[in-house]
Amino acid sequence: METLDLVWLIPALPLAGFATLLVLGRRLGEPAAGWLATAACGASFIATVVVFGALVDEDHHHRSHVYDLFDWLVVGGFDVKVGFLADPLSVTMALFITGIGTLIHLYSIGYMHGDPKFSKFFVYLNLFVFSMLMLVLGSNMLITFLGWEGVGACSYLLVSFWFSKDANASAGKKAFVTNRIGDWGFMTAMFLAFATFGSLDYRVVLEQAPEIAPVTATAIALLLFVGAVGKSAQIPLFVWLPDAMAGPTPVSALIHAATMVTSGVYLMTRVNPILAQGYDWGPDVIAWIGVLTALFAATIAVAQTDIKKVLAYSTVSQLGYMFLAVGTGAYVAAIFHMVTHAFFKALMFLGSGSVIHGMHDEQDMRRMGGLRKLMPITAGTFIVGWLAISGVPPFSGFWSKDEILLYAFDANPALWFVGLVTALLTAFYMSRQVFMVFFGDQHWRDAKGDHEVVQPHEPPWLMTLPLVVLAGLAFVGGGLNLPFTGDLHFLGHWLEPVLEGNEAHVDVATGTKVGLAVTATLAGLGGIALAAAVYLQKRRAPIEPQILAEGWRVDSSISAFVGGPGRQGFEGVATFDRTVVDGAVNGVAGAVRGGGKGMRVLQSGFVRSYALGVAVGVVGLLAYFLTRVS
Amino acid sequence: MMLAVAEVTPAWYLILGSILFAIGSVGLLVRRNPLVMFMCVELMLNAVTLTFVTFSRMLDDIDGQTVVVFVLVVAAAEVVVGLGIIVALLRKQPAATADDINVLKG
Repeated sequence: METLDLVWLIPALPLAGFATLLVLGRRLGEPAAGWLATAACGASFIATVVVFGALVDEDHHHRSHVYDLFDWLVVGGFDVKVGFLADPLSVTMALFITGIGTLIHLYSIGYMHGDPKFSKFFVYLNLFVFSMLMLVLGSNMLITFLGWEGVGACSYLLVSFWFSKDANASAGKKAFVTNRIGDWGFMTAMFLAFATFGSLDYRVVLEQAPEIAPVTATAIALLLFVGAVGKSAQIPLFVWLPDAMAGPTPVSALIHAATMVTSGVYLMTRVNPILAQGYDWGPDVIAWIGVLTALFAATIAVAQTDIKKVLAYSTVSQLGYMFLAVGTGAYVAAIFHMVTHAFFKALMFLGSGSVIHGMHDEQDMRRMGGLRKLMPITAGTFIVGWLAISGVPPFSGFWSKDEILLYAFDANPALWFVGLVTALLTAFYMSRQVFMVFFGDQHWRDAKGDHEVVQPHEPPWLMTLPLVVLAGLAFVGGGLNLPFTGDLHFLGHWLEPVLEGNEAHVDVATGTKVGLAVTATLAGLGGIALAAAVYLQKRRAPIEPQILAEGWRVDSSISAFVGGPGRQGFEGVATFDRTVVDGAVNGVAGAVRGGGKGMRVLQSGFVRSYALGVAVGVVGLLAYFLTRVS
Repeated sequence: MMLAVAEVTPAWYLILGSILFAIGSVGLLVRRNPLVMFMCVELMLNAVTLTFVTFSRMLDDIDGQTVVVFVLVVAAAEVVVGLGIIVALLRKQPAATADDINVLKG
């Protein structure tokens, strides 16, 4: 048996953890359930490393291996296997999903300490890791879709984990319903792909993609993008992600920053041959939606006061960068940014969780301040994440963001400019957060009224260890793909077999590249300086327009529409459904019932009348045949 | 003159079968006693088997007689069930007629 066949173990281990915890979770209790879940995820990470090693040993252009576990659906020509695809892209994804997943499991043991539903949390968490791995490792679109729905369900369960509070329950519902719209796109794309290729298997689909009509290719790609827009929270379906922060913070770090929300980027990268076969405006749409989402979310993040909401909008914004990269053909940069973003954003979410934990569930940044002295490890690691996302060299975020901006510049300077403004805003709002939380005066002291006076404290080692590891990764993560010489393009070289020739090539002079990098760095530093002037030195009053704090009133507009004119439209549809659709169904039923009532009279219960009926029938039939014969 | 003893032709049997069938069906329609009605059914059944045998003879084909054997077996089974029901009914209500068995009406 080949080592690569072990790929099925990667999702199987978290599934086993999930099944065990489902049965024994409550009996194991705290903290054993958490350790079991962590072990399942960690074992999956080790399996991934083994598969990764086996893949490296393969010849560069043959690094693609499919292991079919069993036939799932065989209906005529429609044949779906439960199979796993190990190639550079899927294994890269699996590596950071299981790696970061394990760290977050570990963190959760500390964070969920004392929660009455401790073991249930880890049941969901393991199920999530399993679904996410199915999503990235599936060898056909249907398995990916299975994982896609699985992570959606886990996201719903975990967002509304503390469902006794109304807001949490409705946040979960919002995430679910919004994602449904995206799922419609994914499903329609699958139907179209099956109609076109006669298969959903990636090998078949991607191999034949260069031969299909551009119209079909664009349609499939954009429908998949609709799915990605839902899952990865892009305009116009981003509204669910900020609300999803109602879930426990490790969930926000794992699902709503590092893994699930990036699955849209993964999907678009996976189907890059289809995207390449379509019309040129297809990728442009993706790039523009991405960059506008990045800018839009960044402006909202500037005025948020909830520590997690800032990070949520920041995630939406960074995902926009990834789609900008996908749209400009910079798939390597997209995956690169996905990985570095997973490092630093998971780090910052866990850091914010550590702060919330230390502040006894306080999330308002205005009540924080000066925490760096009391929580040195949290503050130190958070600052690493902050510098990384702000694009300060040599932190990881600088390298990945710079690469995206380079490709954007090559594709269309307008895209680059919007991206640059976003970079400045990113640095600004992240600095604002760091200064409000870790620097300045200690506002938690002047908490009055019903707020208890808290004594912020550093969390236990279980929670600080993942922070330190992630901080290290966020620092050195840029080393995955350094731009200096071709040899240092590790990630680009690694992903080459997946991307074939569809990766865009930038053709700009080294001077321009350096110029762009310097500009981006200056924008980042400028943002930091601006935030320092406003929030640290208080030289200017902060500008936080109400409209930004309310997220450009997108949510309230949707509510107003759905509550007002939209409502009437839906009522109309409902009336149509009640009268016409239901009317047809009930009409048929009524006609049958009426007919039956009429016929019932015949069954009188008198045997002799039946006999008469039979006799008359026989005579009638006989007469009929006799007349026919003669 | 020789007594014109008519030769018994197959037609006689067919006529006899028809008469028996007619008696059976009329009896079934006019009588109310379940037992008599049941006997009428048997009469019709036997009229048909007689016709079968006759045709079998006329056409020189064994199939008709084969069917008769089947009919006899089925009739035996049917008699067991039918008589069982009728006896059970009459035990409960000795004066019951077929028209009283309308409790199964939908």
